[in-house]
Amino acid sequence: MSLSVWFFICSGLFLGWSLGANHAVNVFGTAVTSRMLKFKTAALIGGIFAVLGAILSGGGTTETLNNLGGINAIAGSFTVALAVGISITWMTKAKLPVSTSQAVIGAIIGWNLFTGTPTDLSSLFKIFISWVISPVIAGIFAFLIFVLIKKTILKQRIHLLLLDNYTRTGLIVVGALASYSLGANNIANVMGMFVSASGFEDILTPYFTISGTQQLFFLGGVSIAAGMMTYGEKVMVTVGKDLYKISPITGFTIVLAEFLVLTMFTSKELESVLISLNLPTIPLVPLSTTQAFIGAVIGVGLAKDPASINFRVFRKITLGWVLAPLIAGIISFVSLFFVQNVFEQKVINPVPYRISDSVLDKLKSDGVPTQSILDMKGIEFDNKKTFRNELLERYDFNNSQLFILFKYAIVDSFYIDTLKLSNDIKAELTAAQFEKIKSLQNRSFSYKHEFEKSLFHRDSIWNDTRNRFSEKETKGRKNKLEQIFRINTF
Amino acid sequence: MFFNKTKKIEAQIDEYLDLVVKGGLVFKLGLRSYIENREAEFEGHLTDLRNIEERADELRRNIEIKLYTRTLIPESRGDVLGLLESCDKVLNITTETLLEFSVEIPKILPELYSGFIQLGDMAVNCIENTVRGIRSYFKNIDAVRDYIIKVQFYKKETNKIAEGIKRTVFRTDNRLSEKIHIRYFSFHIERIAEESEDVCDRLSIATIKRFE
Repeated sequence: MSLSVWFFICSGLFLGWSLGANHAVNVFGTAVTSRMLKFKTAALIGGIFAVLGAILSGGGTTETLNNLGGINAIAGSFTVALAVGISITWMTKAKLPVSTSQAVIGAIIGWNLFTGTPTDLSSLFKIFISWVISPVIAGIFAFLIFVLIKKTILKQRIHLLLLDNYTRTGLIVVGALASYSLGANNIANVMGMFVSASGFEDILTPYFTISGTQQLFFLGGVSIAAGMMTYGEKVMVTVGKDLYKISPITGFTIVLAEFLVLTMFTSKELESVLISLNLPTIPLVPLSTTQAFIGAVIGVGLAKDPASINFRVFRKITLGWVLAPLIAGIISFVSLFFVQNVFEQKVINPVPYRISDSVLDKLKSDGVPTQSILDMKGIEFDNKKTFRNELLERYDFNNSQLFILFKYAIVDSFYIDTLKLSNDIKAELTAAQFEKIKSLQNRSFSYKHEFEKSLFHRDSIWNDTRNRFSEKETKGRKNKLEQIFRINTF
Repeated sequence: MFFNKTKKIEAQIDEYLDLVVKGGLVFKLGLRSYIENREAEFEGHLTDLRNIEERADELRRNIEIKLYTRTLIPESRGDVLGLLESCDKVLNITTETLLEFSVEIPKILPELYSGFIQLGDMAVNCIENTVRGIRSYFKNIDAVRDYIIKVQFYKKETNKIAEGIKRTVFRTDNRLSEKIHIRYFSFHIERIAEESEDVCDRLSIATIKRFE
């Protein structure tokens, strides 16, 4: 593995460190500021569980982030991660709680603007909604949990010392669980972009194999733990004391509500359980721990005494939320410029775009005006910016139309060969599905929509709608086939 | 294991509060023996009370150390220790009062016998209800208020009885020194109730803090 890879990974590790420093308060801040746990104990438990979460459940839902902007060059990933790391560290220093997911999104949009990639507004909108919804739901949860605890447990005539013991145990348990989900949900932000380029080799032991990704996630987890241990205390002191005088039971309520919301909106396992029980599922969206935490603090504050909440600090925090993506976006844009022009590193791998008849058909069916771009047919563009400028010169496309144009015009490569199918995949396919693939043997496709149209469309064999579980399975199978038959050109 | 340790401190706090109640009861018996002139019995009660006080002191220190070193109940630790310390003060005053009977041998007039016994009973009622209030603070916080009200009530009764004793004694033809001596002893017993009320003042603040 080359030294340069280690260099690039350093920016991810730095991001992990700053994330740990800033987010330790969300999982153990209340326990430490209420003096129920020593900082060292909390940091140790938090660190261990963050590493475990990163290794065992890491990777999670990065689909939305990928939709927003697919960074395909390691120097680009390095710069974006660095921009996020710098903005988080700066905000941590300024004692503002900051959400990593917001900073990541800001930095990705910075990359999009720099490279001329259109931003998927629907994904962005989904993320924005989650920013609003997550604190609200966490607030409602915290409110309800607190009222429930007050009406049940606190009425049980438990001795103060025993209650103290229960609360302490509860704080440790929910803190550990929240640390686990912090590691699991954020490792993709920290290390996800290095997975394909890291070059870590699998370590084989007689009992188990440690994959390269797991090694990388372990490193990321350790960096999160290091951040918690080295700089977490300072943030804890500010947020824990300023916002509300947090008692141990309140602290327990807050972290529990935060953990529940994070699990509800990000757990694939929970989704599978709900599907198998034929219950409505909760959409999986990347959520911010910080937002859930602040929402829960407000919720519990409202349950106790609405007059006691310091709304001035709340305003300061909201300002931090707005600043995080903005600062990360600006830093990302400026540093990409430097990395590309001063250090002469490739921040984006050229992806070819070409308008063909099938692309024009797809555009028409999606209501995108095509008359003005007919003359571009057959011309291949290697640069996103040139393609975008050419399009805009011909017609004043809006952002969502541009996004659709980029989506369909991207030149991809697929080659269907049944020999590529492993026995496991074959076992998953029905006889009719396998026959369909066989009938397309040796066919190649230059566009994803063409591949999908030939293989999956207008054929009932793929439309398994027995229940939502099988629907989800079919969708997963289609994605797998797409990966198998795709020829990676870069 | 962790829960066992807590149980141990819980038991120690209970034992400490038991000693305070016992101290009150022994005081009551001691006062009665003094008034009824059973000297040996009285001295025996005084020794018992001193032993109780000593044991209570030791226990309180032990509890204090454990609460601090094991960082238990960080939110209420200050209040709990304050309550236990002020309870200790009540026990000290109770012991001191009985000791002063032994040292100064005040001459209690026969017409004041029942007054003094009543005065002692009321002061001990204050101690008992204070302890009940503290126990409730640990286990049943809603009931604390009831005991605080009882303590306030018994303290007022103590004041009334003490006032009655003073009025009676100063209207007799005894020597002024004897009159003042008796007044001094009724004042001492009254102080037990006053001190209990002070504990309850702390208790009500601690209770409000727990409701926060």
